[in-house]
Amino acid sequence: MSQELRINNNKFIDQTTRLSFKFNGEKLYGYKGDTLASALLANNIHLVGRSFKYHRPRGIMTCGSEEPNAIVQIGNDPSLTDPNVRATEIELYEGLEAFSQNCWPNVKFDIGGINNLLSPLLPAGFYYKTFMWPASFWEKYEFFIRHSAGLGKSPTKPDRDIYDHKYYHCDVLVVGGGISGIMAAKLSAENNNETLLIDDKNILGGTTIYQNNDCFQIDGIHTNYWLENEIKKIKNIKNLTIKTRTSLAAYHGYNYLLAKENLSDHLSPDERKNKIRQRLWKIRAKKVIIATGSIERPLIFNNNDRPGIMLSSAIKKFIDFYGVKTGKEISLFTNNDSVYETAISLKKSGVNIISIIDIRDKSSSKIVKEVEKHNIKIYWNHTIVNTEGYRRISFIEIMKLSDDGSGVIGKKIKLKTDCLGISGGWTPMVHLFTQSGGKLKFRSNDNVFLPDKNKTPSDQISIGSCNGDFDIKDIILNSNKDVKTFLGIENSPFDNLKVESSREEMKRNIWLLPSDKPIGKTKPFLDFQNDSTAKDVKLALREGFKSIEHVKRYTTTGMGTDQGKLSNMHALGIIAETTGTNMGELGTTTFRPPYTPLTFGAIVGRNVGEFFDHTRKTAMHNWHVQNKAKFENVGQWKRAWYYPKNGETMFEAVQRESKAARESVGILDASTLGKIDIQGTDASEFLNRVYTNAWSKLAVGKCRYGLMLNEDGMVYDDGVTTRLSENHYIMTTTTGGAANVLTKLEDYLQTEWPELDVYLTTVTDHFSTISICGPNSKKILSKVIPDLDLSDENFPHMSFKNSIINGIKCRVMRISFTGEHSYEINIQSNYAKHVWELCMDAGKNYNITPYGTETMHLLRAEKGFIITGQDTDGTMTPSDLQMDWIIGKKKFDFIGKRSLYRSDTIRDDRKQLVGLLTDDPKEILEEGAQIVEKLNQKPVEMLGHVTSSYFSPNLNKSIALAVIKSGKKLKGKKFFVPMENKNINVTVTDTVFFDKENKRLNA
Amino acid sequence: MFIINCPYCGERDQTEFSSGGEAHIARPKQPTELSDDEWAEFLFMRKNIKGIQFERWNHSHGCRKWFNVVRDTSNDKIHAVYKMGEKPPVNK
Repeated sequence: MSQELRINNNKFIDQTTRLSFKFNGEKLYGYKGDTLASALLANNIHLVGRSFKYHRPRGIMTCGSEEPNAIVQIGNDPSLTDPNVRATEIELYEGLEAFSQNCWPNVKFDIGGINNLLSPLLPAGFYYKTFMWPASFWEKYEFFIRHSAGLGKSPTKPDRDIYDHKYYHCDVLVVGGGISGIMAAKLSAENNNETLLIDDKNILGGTTIYQNNDCFQIDGIHTNYWLENEIKKIKNIKNLTIKTRTSLAAYHGYNYLLAKENLSDHLSPDERKNKIRQRLWKIRAKKVIIATGSIERPLIFNNNDRPGIMLSSAIKKFIDFYGVKTGKEISLFTNNDSVYETAISLKKSGVNIISIIDIRDKSSSKIVKEVEKHNIKIYWNHTIVNTEGYRRISFIEIMKLSDDGSGVIGKKIKLKTDCLGISGGWTPMVHLFTQSGGKLKFRSNDNVFLPDKNKTPSDQISIGSCNGDFDIKDIILNSNKDVKTFLGIENSPFDNLKVESSREEMKRNIWLLPSDKPIGKTKPFLDFQNDSTAKDVKLALREGFKSIEHVKRYTTTGMGTDQGKLSNMHALGIIAETTGTNMGELGTTTFRPPYTPLTFGAIVGRNVGEFFDHTRKTAMHNWHVQNKAKFENVGQWKRAWYYPKNGETMFEAVQRESKAARESVGILDASTLGKIDIQGTDASEFLNRVYTNAWSKLAVGKCRYGLMLNEDGMVYDDGVTTRLSENHYIMTTTTGGAANVLTKLEDYLQTEWPELDVYLTTVTDHFSTISICGPNSKKILSKVIPDLDLSDENFPHMSFKNSIINGIKCRVMRISFTGEHSYEINIQSNYAKHVWELCMDAGKNYNITPYGTETMHLLRAEKGFIITGQDTDGTMTPSDLQMDWIIGKKKFDFIGKRSLYRSDTIRDDRKQLVGLLTDDPKEILEEGAQIVEKLNQKPVEMLGHVTSSYFSPNLNKSIALAVIKSGKKLKGKKFFVPMENKNINVTVTDTVFFDKENKRLNA
Repeated sequence: MFIINCPYCGERDQTEFSSGGEAHIARPKQPTELSDDEWAEFLFMRKNIKGIQFERWNHSHGCRKWFNVVRDTSNDKIHAVYKMGEKPPVNK
């Protein structure tokens, strides 16, 4: 393999450990310590992807998380493949497989490249403008647009990787392990603060760790050696925890921060087995120090996007850190001093520098003079007007800038080059600061947005270059001073450091560099990932977009996976310039979390599969499973739905269960109903206030059905409450409503009626409930509890008895939700399955039939009993339900009483609950179906809808409950229920279909 | 994601609490004597302030106690926490 682009640099790269990997199927080699990007560059591969819209060839541009172009698909396992990974961030491992995205058939020859030729036809807003009409065609367009757009491929199978969440509390969090972060961490930890230092790279030290240059020295040694020594020392500080490969994603209020730690993405597939892949840290820090640094800006000129054009700082890192030459004949293009540092690094490693093109008139700083000593040709006051080379840059064309910088003059010079380093200055990374609510201010001399100290949320500071200090002297001096003040530290080991630096004196900024061609004929890219050019931004402004947020969305500038880390400042600059606005007034677009994309796996952590949500199971659950029950979810509960036998359909099973319950005996697991234990001397008064009916006169040992309203008069919940003793009740609620009812009752008790002596305790899980119903239920119970006198005189309907089964205390209620003679046994849950089995045993000779929720619903519908949440929807009053009998009109007050005679609740054309029979008794209505009176009306008036519908085996016809406008007055009236392919004729009836006289309760 | 100092349990993460809306709206003692408009005022009308707001919170995943919070809705800064029935420590 050719490694002629490698220099001997073993400091950060282990050149003795070769790693093999594949890129687009080609087998290549790199070294341990490489990123995918540095390994590709060492193999002389710049072209890694195609751009989003024009499918232009694109190369590696940066060396960090701001990378817009080099985003790849990792792996091809359908459950583990990872799209949109930045090649500059993924560490190389043995067996890594990466693929280019957004190209077909391959990255070197991409059919979509035709879009580049069509680009004059694809301006900003092209899709919005073109695919507007006819509206009905959108679905056809969409298919092709979606097909041609898009980045990587999502995995198609469930993720096998393990992810984790962890909470962490500390005194001080330092974000960023560059020189200022290292200083801050040391100062903090050495002054008794539990400190957490995080950095997204695998090696601490930021850019200073490879800044090996005579111009930059601390206490007489090169900055990289000084920092290396400091890093060694901080590793021994007891109070300091260091997390590398950990990137901060979000900064929320109250210093709550989310960070993602990569635990095994850098390991080979074999080494990853059973290891956690990523961990999301949920950090609460008393104080936060942001030291996130800055990223270099590109320059915006014609054809500035070819593979081989890179940020100058990236070229420097590839040579100084990874030991990789990014080209053999490199040119540099700049508006500031930092490319001169790159030039020195390249020179030292023996790379041929063709020229430096600088848009400034001159610069006489130390570092520039140093470069001039090496006889490198510098073109002052020049700009690049064009570049050539389709898959890799081959030539640049340069011209002299006019005095005002708006045009070019003189002769065009053409230079051969295979790599171009560009630098447009630096942008402080203020994302986290603004996420936390901080406001930015604009510094006009170098066009940067900085944290405004006066508008910084408390308990945080920004230091280093993210705070606008770009000179190592300023960074050290200010970081030391600011951290001392922030943490109240008096003396610091950094107080008297002697720092040498090269101070940049000259600055010149031109947001859009001129070309010899008119702008319409040029391609100055702003957002490399989303392919928006300076032209597009100008077009948007001409078309009337003024707000920066609108221009962003119209041109898609800054909307890629890189979120415009490179492009946003130039977009702002061009908008400000074109509209004659001050950049500070224009402001920035909003920086939203996460800073870099998070995987869904990291977000959900362990909450996947059965851990996604809690599942609640009753004590008899395993019995239901063994007896082949089908389950339905009711809230978090798993409830037995029906018990199919011998291949029965659901309909058949429910018909059989329903008949059995009415003809002999059925048994239901009703444990999921909410149970609230109510005690206290004011318990009766409390119930009077929360239920619509009267409770004071309920005798001990008796049960009563209660309806609970919201304060707006609408039915909220219902259930049977039993008076166990003078000051002791047990309330049942609906299964789904249990938690909310308890919360609501507590709310009233604590806030409106604190004078009441009442205590509420949820006992839903403590007791299980077995409901036995049917004409033979009494026989079963007498077998299970022989001692209990079940005569109607001793144990009438709506009463309760304490009892004992096999020495186990239980409460037996004689209450009925089916209209049959029936009992409910409430027993401590750990005995419930045993008692259930006793009942089954006792019922053997009576064909005791377990039934599920569906049969329960059918049986209660035959009796016209409502289910709150099914026959009600938060807009039904008791009167709407034809339940006026339950309103205690004489009571002084109860929750919702006043609302029952608001002008709206007393309207007689409200939707009201009725029974509905189909003219054809075999026809079963669909729940939710609409009810109309006239078929040919347009628009047809919807009078109501079906709320419950079943085929009753006991009546041998279909029955339904429905709500209809003015329903109470409409008994006998005929309506239609229009369905897709037919109209069903129906007649309004009474809501009670079965045993209207309630004879069976005492049968 | 702020931290609330529950007057019964101490500082806890916001995820343990649920908000109960505007505080100090007492349920009328004699609802029957109110006109529809007066009742509607109690039932439906709530303020939505940008700035200092008096709110009810419930430590729903903790002690289940209701209490009051004075919060600046513009920056989530909590200025005071006090029990039900107590007077607001800052002027309402």
